[in-house]
Amino acid sequence: MPLTLASRDGATPVAEDLTRAPLSVRGLTVAYAEKPAVFSVDMTIAPGRMTAIIGPNGAGKSTLLKACLGIIPRVSGQVQIFGQSLEAARGRLAYVPQRASIDWDFPARVIDVVLMGLSRELGLLRRVRASHRDRALACLDRVGMRDFAERQIGQLSGGQQQRVFLARALVQEADLYLLDEPFAGVDAATEKAIISVLKDLRAQGRTVVVVHHDLATVPEYFDDVFLIATRKIAEGSVDTTFTADNLQTAYGGRLAMAQLDRVAG
Amino acid sequence: MSGALFVPLSLTPLLIGVLAAIACAIPGNFLVLRRQALIGDAISHVVLPGIVVAFLLTGRVETLPMLLGAAGAAVLAVILIEAVRRLGNIEPGAAMGVIFTAMFAGGVLLLEQSDTSSVHLDVEHALYGNLESLIWLDARGWVSLLDPEALAGLPPELLRIAATLLALCLLCWLFWRPLALSTFDEAFARTLGLPVGLIGLGLVIVSAGAAVAAFDAVGSIIVIAMFICPPAAARMMTNRLGHQVAWSVLFATLSAVLGFVFAGYGPLWLGFADAVSAAGMIATMSGIILVLAASFGPCRRRVGAPTA
Repeated sequence: MPLTLASRDGATPVAEDLTRAPLSVRGLTVAYAEKPAVFSVDMTIAPGRMTAIIGPNGAGKSTLLKACLGIIPRVSGQVQIFGQSLEAARGRLAYVPQRASIDWDFPARVIDVVLMGLSRELGLLRRVRASHRDRALACLDRVGMRDFAERQIGQLSGGQQQRVFLARALVQEADLYLLDEPFAGVDAATEKAIISVLKDLRAQGRTVVVVHHDLATVPEYFDDVFLIATRKIAEGSVDTTFTADNLQTAYGGRLAMAQLDRVAG
Repeated sequence: MSGALFVPLSLTPLLIGVLAAIACAIPGNFLVLRRQALIGDAISHVVLPGIVVAFLLTGRVETLPMLLGAAGAAVLAVILIEAVRRLGNIEPGAAMGVIFTAMFAGGVLLLEQSDTSSVHLDVEHALYGNLESLIWLDARGWVSLLDPEALAGLPPELLRIAATLLALCLLCWLFWRPLALSTFDEAFARTLGLPVGLIGLGLVIVSAGAAVAAFDAVGSIIVIAMFICPPAAARMMTNRLGHQVAWSVLFATLSAVLGFVFAGYGPLWLGFADAVSAAGMIATMSGIILVLAASFGPCRRRVGAPTA
């Protein structure tokens, strides 16, 4: 269900939780083998916007996302989703993992993978009905993969696999979408298709958070940016936060001045 | 062959062999897909001390204590493997190797020291199985299948494996969706709130149950072939999980039937006097089926298939 937007004349918001951050993190610390990967991070994601989480390799971008979702344990910190605990809000979020984290040789067809997005709805024993299949096919249509529904997933290109994962998230009809490096290793057509779907989601009032690595596309794709290098460096709108200074702090000496001028001049 | 000979001497071992092979093949599908095939091996070894301890405590060879003992041993092994891995900072494969051989060795020693002469529990039986001896002496032919008195004399191992297989099928049907999802994409499964760790542990315990039930038929060494070969061969036949499980059941059945028949009659056909071990022949058949599937199966060449 899309969020109901507040009425424009400034009256009481129709949906109370519009005032609550889709994702709010306080003092989050995650460690691998006693070495902190994410240290004491605060983060507040604004509703109805597209946010990029950026930072150098090994800065803890994916780790931050996974810890927010309870995929990996956290040492300390609180996470709230629409003002609720993670447990209470699971039905409202959709996660797209890194494509490379999956064994694509698994015996499943494209449609089977998309139907996995309905697991919460189907529970243990409810059968997959024609209506469920139609919804899955409609989501495949939105990412331009309807014709591939019966294909074995191992036969897809990297970009096609990424679209299938996005379709699985779409069928969840969530209010908060979290994607881990969705543009990594995909073709240009796929990148365009994905960004257009994400912008549609935003237009429906949903919130999109993307772990992103390509600085050059940040201003074009995103509203907000969250910079991390184990610790939080900065957060805010792209206009005010995606600056050469902040990038220099996050990336240290790893960005040449010429690059900085180009992306955040 | 006439029913008068076949039913008492061959029907029950054949059935037990088939049911045991199927019981191992079903969880084996998920173990193989999780790249945890060796856990099947570990389980088949660690259940031995579990079974022996259960026997020492109760003094009898009975289904429930044996299953509990084996499940307990499997859980203990999982905990120990995790402990060795964390405390010693050792990679999982090595930790597994240490624990399962140690527990298996402990089981063998316990078995040798204990007085099990009154029952069918000895080292050789534990290692290689005892399929040929599971005969139905009360049977007089096919008609005995309708005779309540004769049916009461069915070997208890048959009922044990049938009950185990039934429970296993029920669990598999009930938890199919979470099991498939957490096998394919663990991180995504966690975001849906699925207890991924518990599902994995459940799979290990169910596999331990299958290993115990198959213990009578094929022993604890050869059972690993039953966990791995039919599912691995089935993967070459289809690209759908449900179909793969169905193929693995078919291959398990074929291995058991062919293995039993060839073990009993193959040597005679070739002019030798003695039959060979049915368990060994069943494992050999499952290996041959795997080779055939890998050579001719329609889905043997896959883009995403793991390479060596």
